[in-house]
Amino acid sequence: MARMKKYILIIGCIFSCVPLIAQVKTKVKSRPVAGLSAVSGKGIYEKYCLTCHQADGGGVPNMNPPLTKISYVLGDKTRLIKVVLNGFSESVDIDGESYSNVMPSHDFLKDQEIAAVLTYVRKNFTNKAGPITTAQVKAVRTTNKKKYN
Amino acid sequence: MKSKLFRLMIALAAFAVSITLYALKPVGDVIPDADNAGLKLPDGFGALKVAETGAKARHLVVTPQGDIYVKLARPNKEGKSILVLHEAPNGKAELKSSFGNYGGTEVALKNGYLYASSNTEVFKYKVNDKNEVINPDQPEKIVTGLKAGRQHETKSFALDNDGNIYVNIGAWFNACQEKDRGLHSPGIPGCPILDSMGGVWQFRTDKLNQSYGEGVRYATGLRNMVGMDWNQQDNQLFVMQHGRDNLNSSWPELYTTKQSAELPAECLYALKKGDNAGWPFMYYDQIQHKKIQAPEYGGDGKKEADAKYIDPAMAYPGHMAPNGLLFYTGNQFPAKYKNGAFIAFHGSWNRAPEPQAGYFVVFQPFKNGKPDGNWEVFADGFSGSPEKTAAGRADHRPCGLAQGADGSLYVTDDSKGTIYRIIYTKK
Repeated sequence: MARMKKYILIIGCIFSCVPLIAQVKTKVKSRPVAGLSAVSGKGIYEKYCLTCHQADGGGVPNMNPPLTKISYVLGDKTRLIKVVLNGFSESVDIDGESYSNVMPSHDFLKDQEIAAVLTYVRKNFTNKAGPITTAQVKAVRTTNKKKYN
Repeated sequence: MKSKLFRLMIALAAFAVSITLYALKPVGDVIPDADNAGLKLPDGFGALKVAETGAKARHLVVTPQGDIYVKLARPNKEGKSILVLHEAPNGKAELKSSFGNYGGTEVALKNGYLYASSNTEVFKYKVNDKNEVINPDQPEKIVTGLKAGRQHETKSFALDNDGNIYVNIGAWFNACQEKDRGLHSPGIPGCPILDSMGGVWQFRTDKLNQSYGEGVRYATGLRNMVGMDWNQQDNQLFVMQHGRDNLNSSWPELYTTKQSAELPAECLYALKKGDNAGWPFMYYDQIQHKKIQAPEYGGDGKKEADAKYIDPAMAYPGHMAPNGLLFYTGNQFPAKYKNGAFIAFHGSWNRAPEPQAGYFVVFQPFKNGKPDGNWEVFADGFSGSPEKTAAGRADHRPCGLAQGADGSLYVTDDSKGTIYRIIYTKK
């Protein structure tokens, strides 16, 4: 009985490993191609935003604001671009709730990257707002005066 | 014949006494909810939802007369920030009154006074012989003018037996960086804010309007504490520090997301006057069992910190947010719980993209005033499901802890405002 279990396990392992190996192979192959393709808003989000705003964009109660159904994300594009460039540490209620954590400046991101991640945020997590272009980010950056952090 | 009658009388008297005693013991009438309030508890324990406050219920205190004072993070719709609930014999409570107009976290009852804090001040209210606040609109201000940032702003405190109050003044930074939480942002040299925050300040409970000038910086190098309690066994202050965040997001070359989810430890510290726990210059790594130099101050994840910083009394996995600490001195629970610590872990967010953790109440065994043996999850299920825990989308988030006069354990939830009571039901 125990031996049979072992066989089942081994067979199971083989079957589950085959697709894994295949995945690894394709990943390795596709990497240079991905590097050349357009900037991924999702990739930027996962690298710089997800830790605080969470995988579902829902934020953290009392600490990090959600990115869904929120005026700062869906409304004025200039204000939103400035939040990414300058960070955010204002003591204000956002749609009736307060959030305590400081958002650091992300001005090290390229115009294209900021445009991509903001477009991603405005079109995901149930959001359906229009895109933000690289030109718009560029325009805000040139006139931007650092206010926070 | 005479002796028979005498014996009968004795038996009757004993019966009467036992009935009276039974009636005096409130837990006798308290019935756990059919589903134990949705909690998963050790064998022999039950739980009930005492009340649904619908508010951000932070810390609480329960009087022997069955009143429950609940401190709210923000004033409610009526503009009140301390709720007074009263328990019926079955354990369910109704709102009796409310007062105070300042948000905050802490509330405590000692020697004829109710103590409560805003995010910058500490107040006390005289209570009558039924532990009811006599003049809710005119508290005495004992501490004022404490610094408060937008983060770590709450002023938890603990009271000793000699008329002192120990107040947390949390640092308004994550790790004292030049750009708070910023990528590759270095630490501010010497972290000068430690002169007025990032530690525990000691004040007197019998003096009014004290501020930094009148207080003593009792211990420093502590980022922020929400759970604090005085250990009666060895007459010492214990605190649960909220450890720093963002190891990976500020220093992605030094820490993987997996390491950053586990590190640093959430530390239990036993504090003596003059102690330095090392924030922001170091953190405690519970996997290496070492004090590690912070990356903002020259660390690389391996370099050990200066040995002058104190060691934690116990270390728990990272980011679980210990918001309540209570030494259990009651007699209702089995003997192993006596003088041990309950810790309410509010639940993590900074473990993302790894699964979140916490949202439970832990029991830490103690012996002679020191942690002794492994911690265990005591009450789980606040979040609603393991999936909700992993996603950080908890239904309820345990925050404050209190012990009832009968030895019941009370837990607040600052998400939906549920007040829980955990009782031992096995005879």
